[in-house]
Amino acid sequence: MEISGAQALLESLKHEGVDIIFGYPGGVLLPLYDAMYANKDIKHILVRHEQGAAHAADGYARATGKVGVCLATSGPGATNLITGIATAYMDSIPMVAITGQVATPLLGRDSFQEADLTGITMPITKHNYLVKKTEDLPRIIKEAFYIARTGRPGPVLIDIPKDVLVNKIKYKYPDKVELESYKPNFEGHPKQINMAVKAIAAAQKAVIYAGGGVIASDANKELKELAEKCNFPVTTTLMGIGGFPGTHELSLGMLGMHGTAYANYAVTECDLLISIGARFDDRVTGHIARFAPNAKIIHIDIDPAEIGKNVRVDVPIVGDVKKVLQALLAKLPAKEKNQPWLDQIGEWKKKFPLSYKKEGGLKPQFIIEELYALTKDRETVIVTEVGQHQMWAGMFYQYDKPRNWISSGGLGTMGFGLPAANGAQFGRPNALVVDIAGDGSIQMNIQELTTAVNNRLPIKIFVLNNCFLGMVRQWQELIYDRHYSHTQLCNNPDLVKIAEAYGAVGLRVTKEEEVRPAMEKALAINDRPVLIDFVTAKEENVFPFVPPGQAINEMIID
Amino acid sequence: MRHIISVVVENKPGVLTRVAGLFARRGFNIESLAVGTTETPDISRMTIVAEGDEQDLEQIIKQLYKLIDTMKVFDLPADKAIERELVLIKVAANDKTRQEITQIVDIFRGKVVDVAETSMTIEIVGDENKVSGAEKLLTKFGIRELVRTGVIGLMRGSAE
Repeated sequence: MEISGAQALLESLKHEGVDIIFGYPGGVLLPLYDAMYANKDIKHILVRHEQGAAHAADGYARATGKVGVCLATSGPGATNLITGIATAYMDSIPMVAITGQVATPLLGRDSFQEADLTGITMPITKHNYLVKKTEDLPRIIKEAFYIARTGRPGPVLIDIPKDVLVNKIKYKYPDKVELESYKPNFEGHPKQINMAVKAIAAAQKAVIYAGGGVIASDANKELKELAEKCNFPVTTTLMGIGGFPGTHELSLGMLGMHGTAYANYAVTECDLLISIGARFDDRVTGHIARFAPNAKIIHIDIDPAEIGKNVRVDVPIVGDVKKVLQALLAKLPAKEKNQPWLDQIGEWKKKFPLSYKKEGGLKPQFIIEELYALTKDRETVIVTEVGQHQMWAGMFYQYDKPRNWISSGGLGTMGFGLPAANGAQFGRPNALVVDIAGDGSIQMNIQELTTAVNNRLPIKIFVLNNCFLGMVRQWQELIYDRHYSHTQLCNNPDLVKIAEAYGAVGLRVTKEEEVRPAMEKALAINDRPVLIDFVTAKEENVFPFVPPGQAINEMIID
Repeated sequence: MRHIISVVVENKPGVLTRVAGLFARRGFNIESLAVGTTETPDISRMTIVAEGDEQDLEQIIKQLYKLIDTMKVFDLPADKAIERELVLIKVAANDKTRQEITQIVDIFRGKVVDVAETSMTIEIVGDENKVSGAEKLLTKFGIRELVRTGVIGLMRGSAE
């Protein structure tokens, strides 16, 4: 029997285990939306802006480990996905973005709502396709999902002209992928693993530096085993939060620009740095020549291009983090505790703990601590926007499991949190999902409140409202002589009324003693989103702070 | 430092843009780029001449391998590679200069491929030095038009 390209697309997605798509219709997608009308297997979530679709698919992927799928029409619909695709690319998130395209006879003629999507997305996708023939569609879908989820994960875009959706084919889904040129290397080289074993045996003051690769590869158990077997302290990147239990005695928290002082001192002093699924981002390393200056570096990563990209590496191991760690653990003898090194770290922890001054208005750090106290025993997913609130949420909440921290790391995308929280809640319906937001970020995709309300998503949106673009203001204060050029958001709208207008619950908190009751009230509401507008201290800063260009041990601590 | 990079890719639409775009995005200047199919029609070979130090080269090779359509990437070292370029040069010519031009072309083992009343078009094949040498000697006659294919190269023997 012959079926249309649109039906073949839905069948193919079903084959890939897709049960939810975040999308927004448009002219060229009408054949697909018509095919969806009768289809009950794949749930389509109507967002209110395509950027919301991309971030929702991304949040879904981060919360579940599955491939997130988003859909947009040609031209402006498709270009609205760009920020979301770039966000997923920078954080190596498995995503398939499907875009409609003008019919093949109209391609290249500047037709109505035509944009060269494969051209535009080339630098921000792992791979992309323009489907020219309906017969190619099942194969391309198969390849796209395979590419998105294997190796270093990433977004793949499939651009489908309208006639490709209409034309009919004899449908058969391919059994396997045949990609001559794409063969990721999963197993670490045994010789390199032996070198790592030797380096570990010789190390006196080692530190493990774990990134998002630990979470992508589902290697948190192996990481914990390695740390405990060797008694090595573990610091994580922003993307690696949750890859190692934050409450573990060997945990150093985050390193880098807003890392803990003890993580930054430990990395600066260490003689062996074991980088696991992390990429030496400039926000982590600070002044590159003065980063871990005395350390031998072991770098484990599935992407060979990451090795030696930013720092010199002594023992490079290309492979899947989980498999490499398993191989390493099998060969590694237990290592005696280096007590003086752990004592030194303990001293730093005692001397420079994460802290803040309690006086001077409602403190954002206090709000995060209260949230942690209230929710630590529940399955809680914290999603963030980007800015100061993001750093506080990373610092003052403890994450003991992977996939409970969802944040835009590499691209630093404001407006990510709310739609990503929607996606996370769809993926983990039983979890408590909290979007920690700033007043700047929340206004970037606030229309996605409708998506949440319509789907009765009980997400909580905690806006830490300081009437500023806080992080930019912090830089202006510390580096640009307090010239608060265009960072004051003094005429913010009434966010409580906005929440209510969308059909969500809106609450406002201005004092410490109101924090806990308001949170408890929000947590009790399970049939719609709740937004709490926390009116916080205006000029609170995120400390520690490594000024740009400095080494990471040259921090402003408070 | 000048590098000749040979990239074996699947012969699909858009691959050239992907490869060239990767160089541009990462700030590498392409000096020349030549593309054609290989003995297998669905595989193409690109020869790219670019400037960069050893670290740049290592990174660009790794990044090229990240492209899904890339099959193999080689850095062709000058002493182990055969490198050739074809150039077509149209020079001004008349009865007085035609013979001298022909002599120069012979020395470079080139070929005259077109003769007109006021011009001659010459084909020269060789490495970069040879092509540049011929170009220099022909300049005094007045070069009307010139086109170079860009370098192509292969490793000597069965080194690949």
